[in-house]
Amino acid sequence: MRRPVRDTEDSARRINRRALFMGGCMTATIAVLAGRMRYLGIEQSDTFALLAEQNRVNIQLLPPARGLILDRNGKLIAGNEQNYRVVITREGAGDVDLVLNRLSHLIPLTQADLTRVLKDVSRNAPFVPIPVADRLSWEEFSRISVNAPALPGVTPDVGLSRLYPRDTDFAHVVGYVGPVSEKDLEAIETPDPLLHIPKFQIGKIGVEKWQEDVLRGSAGNRKIEVNHVGRIMRELERTEGNSGADLTLTLDADVQNFLQVRLGDEAAACIVMDAQNGDIIAAVSAPSFNPNLFVRGISNTNYSALMENDHRPLANKVVQGAYPPGSTFKVVTALAALADAQIDADTKVYCPGYLDFGGRKFHCWKAGGHGKVNLARALAESCDVFFYDVAQKVGIDKIAEMGKTMGLGQRHDLPMSAITEGIMPDKAWKQQRYQQDWRIGDTINASIGQGYVLASPLQLAVMTARVATGRRVVPRLVKAVNGAEVPVDEALPLGLESAHLGSVRAGMMGVVNDQHGTSFAARITNDAMRMAGKSGTSQVRNISAAERETGVVNNVDLPWKDRDHALFVAYAPADAPRYAVAVVVEHGGGGSSVAAPIARDALLRVMTGALPDPADYPENQRARISTMLKELRLRRPDGSQPPEIKA
Amino acid sequence: MSFLEYRLKFAPTGFAKVLYVNWSLYLLIFACATIGWLMLYSISGGNMQQWAEPQMKRFGVGMVLSLAVCFTPIWFWRSMSAAAYILTFALLVVVHFFGDVGMGAQRWIDLGFIRLQPSEFMKVSLIMMLATYYDWLEDRKVSRLGWVLVPVMLIMAPAILVLMEPNLGTTLMLVVAGASVMFAAGVSLWYFGAVLGLIGAGITGVFLLRGTSWQLLHDYQYKRIDTFLDPSVDPLGAGYNILQAKIALGSGGMGGKGFMQGTQSRLNFLPEKHTDFIFTTLGEEFGFVGEISLLMVYSAILIFLFWAAMQNKDRFSSLLLIGIAVNFFLYLAVNLSMVMGMAPVVGVPLPFVSYGGSATLVLLLAFGLVQSAIVHRLR
Repeated sequence: MRRPVRDTEDSARRINRRALFMGGCMTATIAVLAGRMRYLGIEQSDTFALLAEQNRVNIQLLPPARGLILDRNGKLIAGNEQNYRVVITREGAGDVDLVLNRLSHLIPLTQADLTRVLKDVSRNAPFVPIPVADRLSWEEFSRISVNAPALPGVTPDVGLSRLYPRDTDFAHVVGYVGPVSEKDLEAIETPDPLLHIPKFQIGKIGVEKWQEDVLRGSAGNRKIEVNHVGRIMRELERTEGNSGADLTLTLDADVQNFLQVRLGDEAAACIVMDAQNGDIIAAVSAPSFNPNLFVRGISNTNYSALMENDHRPLANKVVQGAYPPGSTFKVVTALAALADAQIDADTKVYCPGYLDFGGRKFHCWKAGGHGKVNLARALAESCDVFFYDVAQKVGIDKIAEMGKTMGLGQRHDLPMSAITEGIMPDKAWKQQRYQQDWRIGDTINASIGQGYVLASPLQLAVMTARVATGRRVVPRLVKAVNGAEVPVDEALPLGLESAHLGSVRAGMMGVVNDQHGTSFAARITNDAMRMAGKSGTSQVRNISAAERETGVVNNVDLPWKDRDHALFVAYAPADAPRYAVAVVVEHGGGGSSVAAPIARDALLRVMTGALPDPADYPENQRARISTMLKELRLRRPDGSQPPEIKA
Repeated sequence: MSFLEYRLKFAPTGFAKVLYVNWSLYLLIFACATIGWLMLYSISGGNMQQWAEPQMKRFGVGMVLSLAVCFTPIWFWRSMSAAAYILTFALLVVVHFFGDVGMGAQRWIDLGFIRLQPSEFMKVSLIMMLATYYDWLEDRKVSRLGWVLVPVMLIMAPAILVLMEPNLGTTLMLVVAGASVMFAAGVSLWYFGAVLGLIGAGITGVFLLRGTSWQLLHDYQYKRIDTFLDPSVDPLGAGYNILQAKIALGSGGMGGKGFMQGTQSRLNFLPEKHTDFIFTTLGEEFGFVGEISLLMVYSAILIFLFWAAMQNKDRFSSLLLIGIAVNFFLYLAVNLSMVMGMAPVVGVPLPFVSYGGSATLVLLLAFGLVQSAIVHRLR
């Protein structure tokens, strides 16, 4: 097809006109670009030259070594171990996928690992090293080192990671560390730059969490000059960080281990306190778990096994378990009654086996009744009716006040997680909580530590220590920071008459040492170390009238969940109280038969500073005790676990 | 469609064609490529094998193909343009459904020995197609609505596919280059005014709908715009590229730090330092002088292209040359303004300098067409 010439020339002219216009636009743009080059390269040159200089000097954060946690004798509870790991940088690797793929042939990497690394790599600046795997064995580590040429951007590296050498013994008190989570970061207003280091570990629960500031230390940094391939040429400046402070706890690792093993697989808690200064010598919650699993990243199977266990191994029962204190609470009721002058040491109450109150029968644990009892007998034989009777005379408010004086119903400030306040009910509390008036029946229930009253083993130990010393003993866990002793104020007197305290102590003495005492079997026969205490058996179910008729069902015949809690509080030596102890065995049965022997073992262990001597036990028990002690699988002096004994 | 349609007084044949090739233009291209090789050599720290050598090989292959295109008469290419357009479009469709996903976008067809990026080829095919269309269309019909809609469709169809890859940079280049051919062909200015108005409204819409479920761009695309507007907010994150690029360019000063002496790019502070951001190395090592020299070479190439377009009496050739010129200009203008922090980062290489196969190959083929139009112009 042939076009007329005019048409072509016309359109050619128009094309040229418009082409010139476009050329003009382009010229203008190019002029702008040239102007920009001039601006950056000449006018702003000095600023950028300075920035470039800074770029050539790289600053790296040096994570500080976390402070150690030691027991009162300097034994290691939480330390740091060398951890072989590999890190990768995006700029070094180039094709991160490819390098990771090669790496996965050398060391085991899961799909989840790979996804995480890819995410971290893309989120961070290209020069930030991202951890790929840690806790490599020496073989894996050397395999990577040998193959280094095929793995650009991958650096084998040695870091520190937390290790709990006495794994299960301190899991609840000391807790564990773990990588910083988004949630952790959100909780802090101005996060330490350290927290942004991938996989940096901070305390998650327990002492590790609550003493995080002390333990973490501060980051150091080093300025390094890098050459044109990014290799480090020299270190220009190195500011060492401050490693975290070492914490010395009041705990005794050996006592702790003894009790952990002694409690075995029971769902139980035991705390031993120095009654004089409040030092917690041992705080054991059973069953326990291995905190090292959490540091290394716990598997789902392990975690759900811990979660589903009905003995709640993850809970620190010493401070977070709130139990009805049962008869151990009678100590408080007695002190309140004495202080209120409703009774004195000789006041006698007749116990027919029940108290009839407004048509409702409140039963004593002893079906036939105790007959006429005074305070000392009422405590020793744990007569319920005596306390029902005096409690309604004293009234709940005064009992609650005494409970609070003794340390119940309040949160003791210790660096542990989920410390419960317990409940020390009074009229105002019930009104506020349930919008109901307080009934006399509530007082009667509370008088023997049932009903609304809840206390943790820690609170019971504090109560016992205060009764034993007459002073406001405050529990503490941190003995020294970096070797500097934390000063402890001398405990102030409680302001109770010593005669009153004496009566109660005499009762507690009778519990263990009187032939008729509930826990006579758990006595210590060595006069220098005699124990005084109070048993408690708290119901977790209601006993119906019908059941009472046919005889209360024996605990062992009930399902585990319905059995009574066994409690025992004690101090020793009875004449010069030094240590206080509280034991709770969940659904363990009777306080005298189950909890008291544990309390005795604990006290003997801490007083003798060695394995209890069977000679200190009643003669008829020595053979059994001796076998029991021999079979305990205690740690060796260096903290290692002895080999399993085959049955 | 034949040789006879062209009222030629004279057309070079055989080896005589060699004399009519615009060798200066090839020389300028070669100069650009040489700068690229030097930079690639420098960035790799003096390693030929890493980037410089493969890039030289590609240039060699591209050059052979370019000469092959050049010595083939331009009317042959005109007759091939519809076929080229359809083929490239088909490849885009294939990529859309079966392509390899790389860097978060679906752009590649992996043929085993070479990875093709059909969107790059579409840049040339589209221009050929539009030039052919306006060559065929009677002059008086050019501004009629129906005849305007046809090229609009021709542009939008591939543009939408490329946008879905997603590849915003190439989409913009396709649309702007296509519109430039329409503009040059003489489509009424009213259409352009209307479209510009719509675009203004569209941009407003893009920002107003942000954050709602109706938002028009990917989050990462919004983020790029954000960091472009204020790179300092996130110096280690998304604003990192731009800030580091500016540092490299600025620290070069007037004369630069000298060949192989750059610290920025060598120390790996720079991302994409051998591809889209290669200009920063030039700026750092050769300073303002080096930058302006490259810009002058580019300007010279553009001047040659426009000169050839205006000299050429054949409408297809003129429009083709203008289209290629605009395309070439867009490559360099978008890349430079992006690297210098004047535009968002959209992934457009610096022509003939950046490391990369598809773009170099496509540009050399396009310049083959340019040379063919020059050799076979009406005399």
